[in-house]
Amino acid sequence: MGISVSNISKSYKKVNALQNISFEVKPNELFGLIGPDGAGKTTLFRVLTTLLFADEGVATVAGFDIVNDYKKIRNSVGYMPGKFSLYQDLTVEENLDFFATIFGTTIEENYDLIKDIYVQIEPFKARRAGKLSGGMKQKLALCCALIHKPKVLFLDEPTTGVDPVSRKEFWEMLKRLQQKDITILVSTPYMDEAALCDRIALIQDGKILEIDTPEAIVKHYPKQIYNVRANNMYQLITSLNTYEYNHSVYPFGEFVHYTDSRTDFNPEELKAYLESKNLSHIEIEKTKATIEDTFMELAK
Amino acid sequence: MKRFIGFIKKEFYHIFRDRRSLFILFGMPIAQIMLFGFAITNEINNVDIAILDHSKDATTLEIINKISASKYFSISQYIEKESDIETIFKKGHVKAVLNFDKDFSKNLIKDKNATIQIVTDATDPNTANTISNYVNAILQQYQKELNKDITIGYQIVPQTRMVYNPELKSVYMFVPGVMTVILMLVSAMMTSISITREKELGTMEILLVSPLKPIQVIVGKVFPYIFLSIINAIVIVMLSIFIFKMPVQGSLFLLGFESVLFIITALALGILISTVSATQQTAMMISLMGLMLPVILLSGFIFPISSMPLPLQVISNIIPAKWFIIIIKGIMLKGVGLQYIWKETLILVGMTVFFIAVSVKKYKIRLE
Repeated sequence: MGISVSNISKSYKKVNALQNISFEVKPNELFGLIGPDGAGKTTLFRVLTTLLFADEGVATVAGFDIVNDYKKIRNSVGYMPGKFSLYQDLTVEENLDFFATIFGTTIEENYDLIKDIYVQIEPFKARRAGKLSGGMKQKLALCCALIHKPKVLFLDEPTTGVDPVSRKEFWEMLKRLQQKDITILVSTPYMDEAALCDRIALIQDGKILEIDTPEAIVKHYPKQIYNVRANNMYQLITSLNTYEYNHSVYPFGEFVHYTDSRTDFNPEELKAYLESKNLSHIEIEKTKATIEDTFMELAK
Repeated sequence: MKRFIGFIKKEFYHIFRDRRSLFILFGMPIAQIMLFGFAITNEINNVDIAILDHSKDATTLEIINKISASKYFSISQYIEKESDIETIFKKGHVKAVLNFDKDFSKNLIKDKNATIQIVTDATDPNTANTISNYVNAILQQYQKELNKDITIGYQIVPQTRMVYNPELKSVYMFVPGVMTVILMLVSAMMTSISITREKELGTMEILLVSPLKPIQVIVGKVFPYIFLSIINAIVIVMLSIFIFKMPVQGSLFLLGFESVLFIITALALGILISTVSATQQTAMMISLMGLMLPVILLSGFIFPISSMPLPLQVISNIIPAKWFIIIIKGIMLKGVGLQYIWKETLILVGMTVFFIAVSVKKYKIRLE
């Protein structure tokens, strides 16, 4: 009853938005699509929510075929598009009431499902949706997508443009919803959110790079990563980039994530090299790979 | 049904919360009808004219008195020489000069022939024409009085009778036209904008991924505007009856029925526009350019269709407004019943069915 996608391809005039995408989302799974802007996430959502036809391939959502049973899918999924798509001139309560009505239900009927989220925006229920803050808007949109108790929930970049605290809260809500028998497919460009999913698919340029649990994806990282720090970040990066044995160099907060192309890498050697480039306060220490590192490695 | 009512409720929220549009919706008909009724008129009233009288005798004085006695003209000044004519026209407010020949009375009696020149400022050809016609009429009237004791051999006396609008009030012509333009504009433009707004804001995406059927969305969008347009139609008819004393000769019920029919035609056209345009901007441009101009120019509202070149006459047939204007002129001015206008009514019904069929067919259940 989850989602099953096999060999879906979709191209616009010049762009191949999706190329031969296949994956399975198990029932009640929180599945993340992780990829940068333009990777094809939104197109995939639109194909699965029956808004677009795929050029090739088949897929089922909640057991229904996306082409033949599109009406049944539209009855049983919740969809929250990436762009805020509620009525800005309607109040919070009116929006929710409207979406409940068009799905043939009432707020009271499924109140327990949205309660955790709705109590946070309830103080503002008489406020027009257009006047809410970014995080509030997303919570309202989630309520509206949930009000008819969908079997499958599609969330297209629900936390883009939302502050870190609201983002964290939002993900906690998703975790709770999962317990209520809802399969969730969520996309995000933020790698740190990926770790909160049951399984993730890394997607870029319309292709899936890897599908696995976040832990397994990190484990697969083939090399030892070093955190490198020095007094001058800019010069550090340029120096590392010109170092003949470098494998990858990515700035990562206050550090640079560095991997070496040799198997017998000695950090002291690198330190000596960096000192020769007039850098001081050099620190080099081992660190664990993150999903972002994996993504960068795979996307190379 | 509950879904449908919920949808309509939402539409009314949109309409009533958008104060500016609401103001346009109800302010426009009143402003337009007042403008057309009072300001834009083909009649002339109190036109300033000047007199250049070379003879200054009893006859010319009598003619001048007759002219200034009519409500159409007021004599604003007397000039002395021909060269003043141009100077006075250049100043602008004098629209015509009456130039009496020398020895007017003497010539009239001796030669039975005297000349008067009517010089008009033809920068506005319609007014110039009307002025010269009116002056002619006054002169002819005077001539008849002079000749009343004399019998001329043969004489053809045309007796003109203007039926349905004996006083030739232009408001009789404008009310049906303005009503048509406003109903068309409000209905077609407002619906097309309200549907494309959902596309533009992305809410259409959610509506599509919901159990709402296309027909529910379309009818739900249209329904509030039927209601608002009917109010507009009532306001226009009331204004024309009570302010412009325009009679409604035929049945008010029939007028109402035909108006609702035309409103639905316009709404169907609005839906059609919304299916082909992706943004509110496009919808508005198509409605304005594609509907306003033909409705004003080709419907017979201002320019008679019979004097248009043949290709335009043919094109005018596909403009719903043309048929509606025929219908309401018939009902309001001539007092005809359905037996005289069933053909036009049927054409409107046919057009409506066609527009709705095409819209439902073109309504996209997906994003492509």
